[in-house]
Amino acid sequence: MTLDRENISDKLAAVGYIADRDIATALWLMEFLKRPLLLEGEAGVGKTEVAKALSAVHGAELIRLQCYEGLDQNAALYEWNYQRQLLAIKTREGVGEDADKIEEHIFSEKYLLERPLLAAIRRATPPVLLVDEVDRADEEFEAFLLELLSDFQVSIPELGTIKATSIPRVVLTSNGTRELSDALRRRCLYHYVDFPDVDREAKIILVRTPGIDTTLALQIARMVAAVRKEDLRKVPGVAETLDWAATLAGLEVHDLRQEPEAVYETMICLLKTHEDRARLTREVSERLLGKVA
Amino acid sequence: MAALGTRRRLAGFARTLRDNGYRVGLAETCDALQVLASPAALRPTSLKPALRALFCATHSDWERFDEIFDAFWQGRGMRQRQVLSGVPSATHAPAAKKLAEAHVPQEALGLPDRVERKSDGDGETQAEGRGRREGASRVENLAATDLRHIVDPEEIAATHALAARLARVMRARLVRREQIRKRGRRLDLRRTIHRNVSHGGMPFELAWRRRKIKPLRLVVLLDASGSMSLYTAFFVRFLHGVVDAFREAEAFVFHTRLAHVSPSLRDRDVTRAVEKLSLMAQGIGGGTRIGESLATFNRWHARRVINSRTALMIVSDGYDTGEPGQLGEEMRRLRRRCRKIIWLNPLIGWRDYTPQARGMQAALPYVDLFAPAHNLESLAALEPYLAKV
Repeated sequence: MTLDRENISDKLAAVGYIADRDIATALWLMEFLKRPLLLEGEAGVGKTEVAKALSAVHGAELIRLQCYEGLDQNAALYEWNYQRQLLAIKTREGVGEDADKIEEHIFSEKYLLERPLLAAIRRATPPVLLVDEVDRADEEFEAFLLELLSDFQVSIPELGTIKATSIPRVVLTSNGTRELSDALRRRCLYHYVDFPDVDREAKIILVRTPGIDTTLALQIARMVAAVRKEDLRKVPGVAETLDWAATLAGLEVHDLRQEPEAVYETMICLLKTHEDRARLTREVSERLLGKVA
Repeated sequence: MAALGTRRRLAGFARTLRDNGYRVGLAETCDALQVLASPAALRPTSLKPALRALFCATHSDWERFDEIFDAFWQGRGMRQRQVLSGVPSATHAPAAKKLAEAHVPQEALGLPDRVERKSDGDGETQAEGRGRREGASRVENLAATDLRHIVDPEEIAATHALAARLARVMRARLVRREQIRKRGRRLDLRRTIHRNVSHGGMPFELAWRRRKIKPLRLVVLLDASGSMSLYTAFFVRFLHGVVDAFREAEAFVFHTRLAHVSPSLRDRDVTRAVEKLSLMAQGIGGGTRIGESLATFNRWHARRVINSRTALMIVSDGYDTGEPGQLGEEMRRLRRRCRKIIWLNPLIGWRDYTPQARGMQAALPYVDLFAPAHNLESLAALEPYLAKV
């Protein structure tokens, strides 16, 4: 499927993702050059959403690998199903089968458990592979990932080399808790995801919160933008905005100015630490409201 | 394939980016050519984002890209190098030369001479008389000599080498300790079964689960204000050693504001890295705003560089020209984030020193270890402590 930069925006919008021009270009480029895309940005700016939207656009399966400290090949690539192997050995022992044959049998595809990376290269149609928070994985894993992303083949000692049947579209995300290696960065296209601007955030609210009216969405987006400028420990992300919008819509608030009390009380949707809550007092909330609404 | 002119121009652009510290290789340039040959090139608005996604690799690349792009493609007949602010190597090279010409050779070596410190107006001056030993009675052992007293260029070089080695030794000891601890306590059933598949499932070979101890992450905040000037050059060297040796280390320098310096320190060329940093650290006449610098750190960097196994090392004399209340507050926040806070104060090494400075007073309750750092011995004495963190 060839995607133009223009129609990629439209298609993303059709599946509920409001893209800005830059990300649309990056996605087009990813398609054009067949390279993985590395997304960086603060937590909550919607990095993961990009991959989800991409899979929806292509009608492709989304395979997600969540990285964590200590993630190893067993959890990411493949593992043998030991229990079944043992059972197979025991049953065949009774029959008195040849040891070599048993070995051949128990190390066959039947006993192989696919993990996300292996699954991603063995699909008939190219899926979208999301390697989430790659900065949390160890450096060793990063090196291994790099190898996989350049060769798209995996060697399993007992079974042989498995070549990719289809090249997945790869999206990596990083929160920047650790510096990624230069090699990985160079392998990927890079896009820095920022918090959406007011217009885009309002559009996102409109798309994701059914039955909300435009003025309220715009007010909410402005208010959130103002809250983000405060000195907070945890800056609210897009997901928090959506929660808040849904809450306000549920309370049947139509104009933030009319209901400062409801605004202050529902602000817990945005503020997730005690400190931040204490910082945004009633007065601050009203001051911000006065500025934006 | 694009026209020859376009290709030339693109190669020039790639070179400009490289000059500005981007890691642009042949592969990227080839891809860019493909992009230029594609329909996207017809619309200039989509060209910039496309090239940006292609050529950038980090957030700072990303932020500077527009400026460089505009300067290159829209600047008329601009052929010379585009050098922007905050750019490693290329920026500092001419400045470094100027400095070397203007100053005495001793200073170019990295350690400011004594004359310079008269210019700083911080409270340290009154303590000076007591701490300094007059005349040429230098102790033979470099390690025990107060860093202020090392003036001979050869000795300075030796000290710096020692500092770098010290940082490396600290790292090595930490790793060894990790391996000794790696004795399993619990049986790993999954692995045990896997290993014994060849024995028909009889568990002959046991696999143990061990706790993996991740190495310590070290974050160093170095005070480079006027009152610290005698020690700065030395600690810059130490910083380089630390960043080089620890797999996870971050370094910051502060005076009236805070600067993240790990990227410049990653330069494998020690002299160049140290020179760059010394330049950043020098030329500061004003006071130290420790509280404000820590606030910047808390706000912008802490989330990224600090995790639960981070030891934070602050090297400062504690003379704060800012509000002590702020310093206390920021220290309290820091305390909650990291595992240990070590405050190294070169002044402790001076006889009769008590932490009188108001800033120091405000910060002390949150400090786990308050230690001297006026000579190499005192730094080495820290190492067993760091190994236990």
